[in-house]
Amino acid sequence: MFSNRLFNILIPVISVVLGLLAGAVIMISFGYNPVAGYQALWNGSFGDTYFFGETIRQVTPYIFTGLAVAFAFRSGLFNIGAEGQVIVGWLASVWVGASFDGPMIIHLPLALIAAALAGALWGFLPGLLKAKLGVHEVIITIMMNYIALHVSNTLIRTVLSENKDTSDKITDSASLASSWLMEWTSYSRLHYGILVALFAAVVMWFLLEKTTAGFELRSVGFNKHASEYAGMNVGKNIILAMVISGAFAGLGGAMEGLGTFGYMPTHSAFTNLGFDGIAVALLGGNHALGVVLSAILFGTLKIGALNMPTEADVPSELVEIVIALIIFFVASSYIIRWALLRLKKEGK
Amino acid sequence: MKKNRLLLLFALLLTVGLVLGACGSSGEEGSEGNAGDDSSGSDTNKEDSGEAADSDFSAAMVTDIGGVDDKSFNQSAWEGLQAFGEENGLAQGEGIDYAQSENDADYMPNLNRLVREDYNLIFGIGFKLTESLNTVAEQNPETDFALVDAVAEAENIANITFKEHQGSFLVGVAAAMKTESNKVGFVGGENSELIKKFESGFRAGVASVNPDIEVNVQYAESFGAADKGKVIASNMYSGGVDVIYHASGATGNGVFAQAKDIKKNDPSSNVWVIGVDRDQHEEGAIGDNNVTLTSMVKRVDIAVQEVAALSQSGEFPGGEVLEFGLEDDGVSVAKTNEDAMTDDIVKEVENWKQKIIDGEVEVPSTEDELDEYLNTL
Repeated sequence: MFSNRLFNILIPVISVVLGLLAGAVIMISFGYNPVAGYQALWNGSFGDTYFFGETIRQVTPYIFTGLAVAFAFRSGLFNIGAEGQVIVGWLASVWVGASFDGPMIIHLPLALIAAALAGALWGFLPGLLKAKLGVHEVIITIMMNYIALHVSNTLIRTVLSENKDTSDKITDSASLASSWLMEWTSYSRLHYGILVALFAAVVMWFLLEKTTAGFELRSVGFNKHASEYAGMNVGKNIILAMVISGAFAGLGGAMEGLGTFGYMPTHSAFTNLGFDGIAVALLGGNHALGVVLSAILFGTLKIGALNMPTEADVPSELVEIVIALIIFFVASSYIIRWALLRLKKEGK
Repeated sequence: MKKNRLLLLFALLLTVGLVLGACGSSGEEGSEGNAGDDSSGSDTNKEDSGEAADSDFSAAMVTDIGGVDDKSFNQSAWEGLQAFGEENGLAQGEGIDYAQSENDADYMPNLNRLVREDYNLIFGIGFKLTESLNTVAEQNPETDFALVDAVAEAENIANITFKEHQGSFLVGVAAAMKTESNKVGFVGGENSELIKKFESGFRAGVASVNPDIEVNVQYAESFGAADKGKVIASNMYSGGVDVIYHASGATGNGVFAQAKDIKKNDPSSNVWVIGVDRDQHEEGAIGDNNVTLTSMVKRVDIAVQEVAALSQSGEFPGGEVLEFGLEDDGVSVAKTNEDAMTDDIVKEVENWKQKIIDGEVEVPSTEDELDEYLNTL
């Protein structure tokens, strides 16, 4: 009765619904009004054009980091390093964007490519170590995150500015920001990056599902040994997967650098874009379209959450709890699957 | 049977969908109403600011990532706003409010949301909000803004700054008097112009009492990482440092935690913390002991309250830089811990305070000035 495909769609949807319901229960038990809370969440993310613009703005990097993590997952790798790849991508894009002026048609793609390359490099190293020496990618990518954070802070202070807390601003020719989009959304920071993100999702889908290279990557993800026996170069595929994954995350950083901010501030802590990307990928079933949809959900929750304390007096920490509950239910999809199968069996 | 179960499931999903959908549409209507109010609201604002001292005055603030309960800088600002609210019969959500930021990307939406809710005066707490506040202020020339700890360019921003180097100098004097190992520590939040002001003042104060005292300087690179603060403090204390001055917001809570741990295990140990921004006396309490030697109190609350009152009475100091220093009690040294702050120390501190107020001592506020100052000793 339940096909695999239906399962894959049903489980995230049920998880989200259960997460929201559980969030409502928690709100009630702490004496908050869940209807007012969720209404504030909705108003704060889609209530008017400004918030709509901010939501889409937040969705953009989530799509990229979600794609990055999902891509690695499909190849059997767990890329926790999306966070660091975002940071180096951000840094590279701002560096290229601020250091010279040129025609937009060259400058903007160049800044994007620089970000993708920087992210790819940050993915290449763990990939190489994994492929050649069998070092687990989780450990290396976590460390690479810290290297990225502190190296970028130092570079911003020393190279990209004169001992300031933010880099210089990028020139207009490298900016994704559009005054048209900003005016339309009453001066939100919405930028053209969303188009790049959607394009990237199509690229990922095409690459994985429609090309030989993608087939090999997925095959390595399913079973390394069988793939090797079938004559595939497993090491090469691991490195390739990490490089492409890193490039996606690096582009996510470029969205912040070239779109949202137009500069790079020093970071005292991680941006969390990369870590949230793990949840986005998980909820999206590691599929390109799923990632886009779950990125929209996460962006909505993040931006809408800011409105919950002011409009409904619900602490924004509660929204973090709701997000955590959704992830919990996604992660426990086995239970949902078991429950559904039980229902099905009993029905017979 | 099977069909029934399935139907039930779908019915459930549909119900939830409907409920959420209903929320959604009512939300849209609400916001449309708001949008309508928006324009009329700002119109009345214009009239109000002309009239001066109206009862509808409202003020709000956006915290930096430390959060409103950081026991330091943001909390102090919120206390100031609450005090202002009490004077004028305003409560949270009714006239005064705050918005907390989780990361740098949240500053803009938070500021914009408060603008949309028609607050007359909006504070940006912390130098990290400078860029965002500038942009928002330029887009909303009708609203008053105030920036704490930095200087922005826009005409409708009042800039609140403090002479932190002066206060830091005095706690440096206290630290130098208190240390027995002749090693003191400084834990900074982020390595920035602002925190350098604290560091320079502190080091100058220490050296003024005894140039041979070693000052161990470390930056946590965060105002919100208590864990890092604890590790740094642990390293410093085990390296022989006995007094640590922290200028690191919520990171400093880790410094306190470490000092209290040491004190708990060995009540006779000589470890001290110097607090920052607020009088952090209660943060240092452990049993009958207290590890808080003193605090460099920066009266963000007074400044916030004062600017709010000015804005309410129509004398908003837009575009000006307000500097609060020792002479107007904008910064001061806490003397709450009377056991630790002996009369000798208090006397010495008062002595230097007078010299600074009289202009006899020019406290350095940057690294270059500090080098010059140290050479003159």
